[in-house]
Amino acid sequence: MITVKKLVKRFGLKVVLRGLDFSVQQGEFVALLGPNGAGKTTFLRILASLSRPTMGQVQVAGHQLPHEAAQVRAKLGVVSHMPLLYPDLTAEENLRFYASMYGVADSRSRITEVLQMVGLENRRKDLVRTFSRGMQQRLAIGRAVIHNPEVMLFDEPYTGLDQDASEMLDEVLRSVAAEGRTVVMTSHDLARAEDLATRFDILSRGVVAASAKREELRDTNLLAYYKQALAD
Amino acid sequence: MQPKPTALKILDVVSIIVLAISTYLALFYAPTELVMGEVQRVFYFHIGTAWVGLLGFVLAAVSGIVYLVTKDMKWDRAEVALVEVSAMFFFLTIVLGSIWARPAWNTWWTWDPRLTTAAVTELIYIAYFMLRAGIEDPEKRARFGAVYTLLGGLSAPITFMVIRLFRSIHPVVVGAANANQEKLSMTGDMKVAFFFALFAFTVLFVDFVWHRIRLGALEEKVEQLKLKVSM
Amino acid sequence: MNTKRNASPSLWKAAFAVVRKDLAAELRSFELVSAMLVFSLLVIVIFNFALELDVKVRQSVTAGVLWTTFAFAGTLGLNRSMATEKDRGCLDGLLLAPVDRSAIYFGKALSNLIFMLIVEAFVLPIYSMLYNVNLFRLDLLGVILLGSIGYTAVGTLLSAMSVQTRTREVLLPILLFPVAIPVLLAAVKVSGGLLAGAAFSEVLTPFNILLVYDVVFIAVAFMAFDYVVEE
Repeated sequence: MITVKKLVKRFGLKVVLRGLDFSVQQGEFVALLGPNGAGKTTFLRILASLSRPTMGQVQVAGHQLPHEAAQVRAKLGVVSHMPLLYPDLTAEENLRFYASMYGVADSRSRITEVLQMVGLENRRKDLVRTFSRGMQQRLAIGRAVIHNPEVMLFDEPYTGLDQDASEMLDEVLRSVAAEGRTVVMTSHDLARAEDLATRFDILSRGVVAASAKREELRDTNLLAYYKQALAD
Repeated sequence: MQPKPTALKILDVVSIIVLAISTYLALFYAPTELVMGEVQRVFYFHIGTAWVGLLGFVLAAVSGIVYLVTKDMKWDRAEVALVEVSAMFFFLTIVLGSIWARPAWNTWWTWDPRLTTAAVTELIYIAYFMLRAGIEDPEKRARFGAVYTLLGGLSAPITFMVIRLFRSIHPVVVGAANANQEKLSMTGDMKVAFFFALFAFTVLFVDFVWHRIRLGALEEKVEQLKLKVSM
Repeated sequence: MNTKRNASPSLWKAAFAVVRKDLAAELRSFELVSAMLVFSLLVIVIFNFALELDVKVRQSVTAGVLWTTFAFAGTLGLNRSMATEKDRGCLDGLLLAPVDRSAIYFGKALSNLIFMLIVEAFVLPIYSMLYNVNLFRLDLLGVILLGSIGYTAVGTLLSAMSVQTRTREVLLPILLFPVAIPVLLAAVKVSGGLLAGAAFSEVLTPFNILLVYDVVFIAVAFMAFDYVVEE
């Protein structure tokens, strides 16, 4: 679903990604872990077609980036630590706006369906500015799946959420966003990543330093594996 | 550090020589203008600096376009060099123009199309530097800078056209039209000084821009070395 | 689940979706238009005393006062409109949609234009009432429309740039005014002429400049917007 070969990204002279290879099969849920400055967000922004690769090949959902960005974007849903919602619009209006930007067919019933899935149906007429952080993040997930994308990208989705809100978000991420889709997530929260993901890739100094499937971690925990990978 | 290229060293010397000759021609060789007197001599340098200022402005917009197409940072360095050097020359143009305007028009400043356009262009340069100063990422800085020089390059000629229309309100500007005619009635010796000044300032301009581009390249080298040290 | 395939919307459909979204949000809060409007009235009050707008002066400066007011209020709106996109990451949300980037540019430019026209629709009758001049003439309204189009066309592009810099709001007027001088001055010239009772043929030249500016800068902003939002 996602194939990245020898990806290099430079900001001026600073090299953030240095020849990164990465691939994700259909249906996999990959957690990208790594310290600050390892290039996680940069990498996700490249996958999301928001940033151009300096060198290397990036293929998402069967299309090359950056040349076929429009086709990629149509199949891509993004949840970031910012809500990407308009506070002066209601939940429904926000979804309607994004539905029209994605050209969603039969948007009326799709919006209702999405609002039900994220559990905000009875708040549909309320302004987003009145929502709690957790509710905003749930609506942000609804926004990201409005066009029924094949690939989902989560960029630190837990930032700024308390324990309860994080748990509820877990549930929505698992049932709504990830169900039957290919997912790449960046996170600092190892415990949550361990719960959700089927594969763990550790990004360090602009390359994937280690990668392990969930089954392979049976006899060790993720934290130990993470520390080990960064130490190498 | 790579040493200064020989061609640049030669150009430095040539610049000094032609500037000296041009100064001589302007101050001693050219005859004293009958109506305006000695102060008219400032005109040779005024035209010289104005010409290269304009040249740099146009070339900067072109470098900006080439940068946007090729994304090669060397065009960004060229653009910055051209804007910086021509901003300096344009400033000199305005100062020299004021010195000439004081006795000729009896005022330091008049809102004549040329003067106003020069001032607006200078403001565009200042805005350009402020824009660049506000951006960390060098690649974004280059992109925004290129877009802005392009906008500036397109709006400056339209500014000139518009300001000409305001002429009727500013009677002083009629003096500018007379100055045009004076230019045409230059004597042969004046023409020599005039064309040599154009030539001398072009040489000086090329020399400065070359230095500035080289400085930009060295700056980048320093940044590169700093990054290496910090890793 | 939806069985019908989603089809990426056309450029105009997407642009209108952006406009509809902006208008819906504005209709709720009136944040932007009310700020622009109050600011405009304050500017007019200040001009009233600063210029001593008695009957004789008024005749010649009305066009200038109006356009200065529109330009100041315009930057306020342009800044705010782009800041709401940037602050909560909505600009990324827009860029993630499978539509051409120019659809986003046209959508934002159109919303900005509508906001500016709404403010003008309030300012003009108030000014007419205060100073007893008739500003409701079809030719004058046409000029105001053309001037506002040129101003927002460039302003939208530059606000997308300034919002991404460190200095943000402060930078927009500094970037915008020097390149918007031609459109503002041409608009002042045409409006002033018409208000002084000149025939349309007499103000044809500045009117043409206004048209040229609009066409050139819409085209350039449309092409350059990609470079301003990409990374």
